[in-house]
This record gives sequence, structure tokens and C-alpha cells, in this order.
Amino acid sequence: MLRFVVRRLLQLIPILLGVSILLFAFVRALPGGPAIALLGERATEESVERIETELGLDQPIYVQYGRYVRNLVQGDLGTSTRSRQPVLEELKQKFPATVELAFAAMLFAIILGIPLGFLAAKRYLGFLDNASLFVSLIGISFPVFFLALLLKYVFAIKLGWLPTVGRVDVTRSIEHPTNFYLLDAVLTRDWEGVVDVLKHLVLPAIALGTIPLAIVARITRAAVLDVLNEDYVRTARAKGLDPSVVDRRHVMRNAMLPVVTVIGLQTGLLLTGAVLTETVFAWPGMGSWMLEAIRFRDYAVIQGGILFFALLVSLTNLAVDVSYAYLNPKIRLSR
Amino acid sequence: MSEPLLSVTDLEVRFKSRRGTIHAVNGISFDLRAGETLGIVGESGCGKSVTSLAMLGILPRQAYPADGSVMFGGRDLLRLKDQEMREVRGKDIAMIFQDPMTSLNPILTIGRQLTESLRRHLKMDKETAREEAVSLLDRVGISDAGDRLRSYPHQFSGGMRQRVMIAMAISCRPKILIADEPTTALDVTIQAQILELLKRLVSEEQMALILITHDLGVVAGVCDRTNVMYAGGFVETGATESLFATPRHPYTAGLLDSVPRLDASGKQRLVPIPGTVKTLMEKPTSCAFAPRCMYAVDESRREVPPLREIAPGHHVACFNPVPESDLPQGAITEAR
Ligand SMILES: Nc1ncnc2c1ncn2[C@@H]1O[C@H](COP(=O)(O)OP(=O)(O)O)[C@@H](O)[C@H]1O
Ligand SMILES: [Mg+2]
Repeated sequence: MLRFVVRRLLQLIPILLGVSILLFAFVRALPGGPAIALLGERATEESVERIETELGLDQPIYVQYGRYVRNLVQGDLGTSTRSRQPVLEELKQKFPATVELAFAAMLFAIILGIPLGFLAAKRYLGFLDNASLFVSLIGISFPVFFLALLLKYVFAIKLGWLPTVGRVDVTRSIEHPTNFYLLDAVLTRDWEGVVDVLKHLVLPAIALGTIPLAIVARITRAAVLDVLNEDYVRTARAKGLDPSVVDRRHVMRNAMLPVVTVIGLQTGLLLTGAVLTETVFAWPGMGSWMLEAIRFRDYAVIQGGILFFALLVSLTNLAVDVSYAYLNPKIRLSR
Repeated sequence: MSEPLLSVTDLEVRFKSRRGTIHAVNGISFDLRAGETLGIVGESGCGKSVTSLAMLGILPRQAYPADGSVMFGGRDLLRLKDQEMREVRGKDIAMIFQDPMTSLNPILTIGRQLTESLRRHLKMDKETAREEAVSLLDRVGISDAGDRLRSYPHQFSGGMRQRVMIAMAISCRPKILIADEPTTALDVTIQAQILELLKRLVSEEQMALILITHDLGVVAGVCDRTNVMYAGGFVETGATESLFATPRHPYTAGLLDSVPRLDASGKQRLVPIPGTVKTLMEKPTSCAFAPRCMYAVDESRREVPPLREIAPGHHVACFNPVPESDLPQGAITEAR
């Protein structure tokens, strides 16, 4: 197992290198450039050239790339042309916000989706099954952006139950050893802070988690229906086991195999797809950061951010494969 | 004679389906005595598995609740509460299924699956159950039992898995063991070993055995009595020996004719019964076998023939039974 993980981690190196080359080329193929973005359309040719020389953009592209990779290996992602901050420092601020949101959204999807799918399968073609199909279809076809706005309007603006924007109340000062606010608040034993951070998480997490919720529920239902027809479930019932034991030990554990895969894929999508939700709730995460970077042709930030996404998604997939193997002895033991 | 251990009366099972109601089992009755071995034989689809699942109360969800009665220990199993029935299942009546490749849970160890009935029914603690599981695996002929407990089903061959299934079934010393085509999915050489094992265990434990098969060759060596089933009903029942010697129902005679024989010369080919079994969308109003039968008479097409005793302990459901002189000689001598 350990060897498998190490091998997969090593495979990441060529993958990330490939991604970085493509990125490097694509980013530079965008019309305009950081100099024009900073100086505006009417900048003089001179001042544009001056800035491009300053940024090293006058060099041949392979020279630029060589320098980029050399710095990358030393953990230097470059400097933002807009904020003049090291990209790595900004990344450390931004990615915990996105990961925290994606994680909360996924938790919401899993905690509701798995029991819902299970119950739908048990009541196959019954009211609950049809109702959950109906709700899932709505959930899947509802644009995230619109759902986010709707939730914000109803629960934050009209009812005022939950905050409208941000990760934490602006008047609250909490320490940020990790920038995962929930973790920060727990680490510093700031229980009021925990509540405040949770309140801020609820609406964005629901908005972002609704599609995965619908998908997880549908996949769970299908998987449970499959497993219920398996001979080994009949064997378990023939032993006289209690229905709850049959369901937990024999049905759910097997049904989780496909569900885990879907959860992993969805998590990858969530990480990269949080942009719209982040915009609605002014969530200071990767999404808004990337949008800004694209607008300002902030090459280093775009490259660093997307490379980091690629790493995150690859690691999520690895986690899926590991948990799949953990659940399935046939795979675990063949490694 | 003593009171039967199990007494099935007019058992009926129907399924809901998109095309209407399927009549899978249409009123079968039989008794099983303690320690007796009973064969139930019939072509695929005639309702053998459904019969056994109905007795255990584990019919698929498409089935209507079974009608009739299954008396066991003074109680009708079909009318027990779920919880009471779970006490019977796996403890008093245990079952082995056809396909050992799919009947074990792929993600639980053999040990876990073996010990769960022991812990459930005999309330053993973990350690005692483990020791018992080791001795059970020993008894069904699996060596290195201690190590094997930690294995998963995919690490076992088909024959070994069926041994594990047998160990699981006998673990709580049931009074009745139902084996539904226990050898059908196995290689010929393994089939014989598994049958031997079953025979030995049944006599050691003095369990009653219901052996379900589509293969007459299987019941011949194992069962005291045999019931031949066709389209959800019994067409002939009796002592295995007299059934083989003087099969009186045309269907039984036909089955015996189509038993493959190792010594068959080129001429004596397998003679299959022409035609196929139809799924019954209505309760039969005539002899279900009539369309395939060369002995059928007018009455066969008008009425359902009841089971009648034509010799002591030998019952036939037929208006025009095969005359003894017509019997295929090969089958008779073979069976003896
Ligand atoms: N789950 C089911 N749904 C609908 N019909 C079924 C189902 N299971 C069995 N049947 C019907 O019951 C009949 C008998 O099936 P079965 O007992 O499995 O036959 P066999 O004698 O081969 O074991 C089949 O012909 C089929 O039409
Ligand atoms: Mg069957």
C-alpha cells in the first residue's frame, strides 16, 4: 500500500510538469499582458517595454520557463505583478478558504446524500424514492449561482438568520495560525469564533453542496439497489441476522465502493468550481483570487494557482484510490 | 410413524411483475422427518429455489407473502413475526446456495462471516466463536483453518467457498439443512467431493436435509425420498429407489431418460424432453406438463391432476401414468 502511494506521488511530478508547460504557454497566449493590464490601454510603448523588461517578459519563452521551473523547485512560485506579494504567501491565505468551503459542502452532501440514497433504495419506487428523485433532479439542474443568490436573499437578507458575506464577522479578530478559520478557532479555543465561522459557512456550503448532494444520493441509491440483489445479502438474511446488521455490515459497506469514487471526483470539481459561490458570498478564496489574476494577466498567480489546483485534484484522486483499496480487500491485497 | 419435523401444506408463492402475476409455486405439500434426506428435483425455473426461500421467509421483495403453511416445532413459520423468524433462520433451519462465488460477502473475512451466526445465535464471545470457526473449517476439510479465517472469499476456489458456505450453514447445528443446487456451479470432480461432505455431515449431525437439484444423478446417491417438481407443483413423490425403478409420471420418466450416462455409447444419446417450461402467468387449470407430453389425454387438458398414491408411499399426479412396461430399461438398471 505504502509503495503504491509513493509510486503515485512520484507519478505526480511529470503530470505537474506537463500541466505547468501547457499553462505557461496558454497564459502567454492570452491577448494583452501584465504591463497593459497595469498601465491601461493608453500606456506608451516605452513604459510597457520598461515593465516587460523588468518582469523578464522580453526574454525568449524557453528562458522564461527555465527560470520559472528553477524557482519552482526551490518553492518559489514567483511574485504577483499586481500586489507585488510572493504568490506562495497569497496562496497560503487563499487556498484554506476554498478548501474549507469545499470540505463543508462535501460534508453536507455526504451526511445528507448517503442516508437519503439508502432510504430511497429501501423504499424502491415508493413515495420517498420518487420524492428524492424529484428533489435530486431539481438540485442538479438548478444553477449554483442562482441557488447561492436565492439562499443569500432568503436566509441572510430577508430573515437575517445568517451572515451575508465573508468567512467571519469583520469585527471579530481571531488568530490565524493555519488560515483554516474553523481549525484556527478550535486551536485557539475561541468557541464563539467557532460558532461565527460555522454560521458563515452554512449558506455557501449548502449552495455549493447541493449538486454533489443530489449526485451522491443518486449513486448511493443505485449502489444500494445493486447490492440488495446480491447473493451474499441473501446469505446474510438466511443467517437470521438483524436487518440493521445486514444493512450496515453487508449492504452499506459494499455499496460505499462506487460512492467513494463519486465523492472523490465531486470534491475535485468542487475545489475548482467554487468560483461562482465565492463571488456571491464574497468568500476570499481561490476563485476570486484567480479571477482577479486573469483580469490583470498576473501570470505568476495564474500559474501558481492552477498548478496548485492540479496538485489538489491529483491528491484527492489518490485519496479516493486509497480509500477504495481500503474498502475493497481484492484491490488492497493485490498491491 | 413419528410426528414430522417440518410439514409444508399448500405452499403457494406468487410474484408481482410488469406483465402480471407470476405463479411460481402452486400449492405444494410435503413432510420432512428428523434426520431424513429429501430430494427436490426439477428443471430450472420450476420453483425449487422459491420454495426454499419461502420456507425461510426470505423471498425477494417482488414476491407476495407466501400462502399455505410451514409447520415447524408446533408453529407456522409463515405466520411468525419477523423477529421470531430470525431466531429460526440460520439456527434451526440453515441454507446453502447455488453459487459459492457470489454467496459470500467479498469485503468481509471468512472468519467474520463464519462467526457472525455463532455470535448471533449461540451468543458466543469473540474468542470462543473464533475457536469454533476454526474447528468448523477443519470439519469441512479446509486445512490451515486458523490462517484461513483472515482470508477473503476471492482468495478461495469455488469448491473451497462452498465448503465455507457449508461450515456457515452447519455452525449452529440446525435441525434442517436446505441445500439449493449446492454443486451446480462446481466442476464435476469437486461436485462429488461436496456431495460426500454433505452426506457425511448430515449423518454425523443427524440433520434433516432438503437437497434441491435439477440433476437426478445427484439425488440418487444421497436422498431417501425424492419429490419431482414441475411448473410450481409436485408431479411425483416417493422413495428415491422406487422413483428411479418405476417412474410413473411421464416427466420423471423423461428426466431419467435424459440423465447423461458415462457409459453411453454413440447411439444412446441424451434424450431431452421436447419443449420448454413456460412462466405461469395464471394458476394452472390443467396438467402443466400436458403440452410437452406424449401420454397426455383429454382429461389432462381439462383438469389439474391431483397427487394419487399408486403404490405404497409413491404418489403421482397424472391421469395417464406411464405403464410399467414402457419404462426405459437403461435408466432403471443405471439407478440400481
Ligand atoms: N424475483 C423474482 N421476480 C419475479 N419472478 C420470479 C423471481 N424469482 C423467481 N421468479 C419466478 O419463479 C419461478 C421459479 O423460480 P426458481 O424457484 O428460482 O426456479 P428454480 O427451480 O430454477 O430454482 C421462475 O420461473 C420465475 O418466473
Ligand atoms: Mg434455483
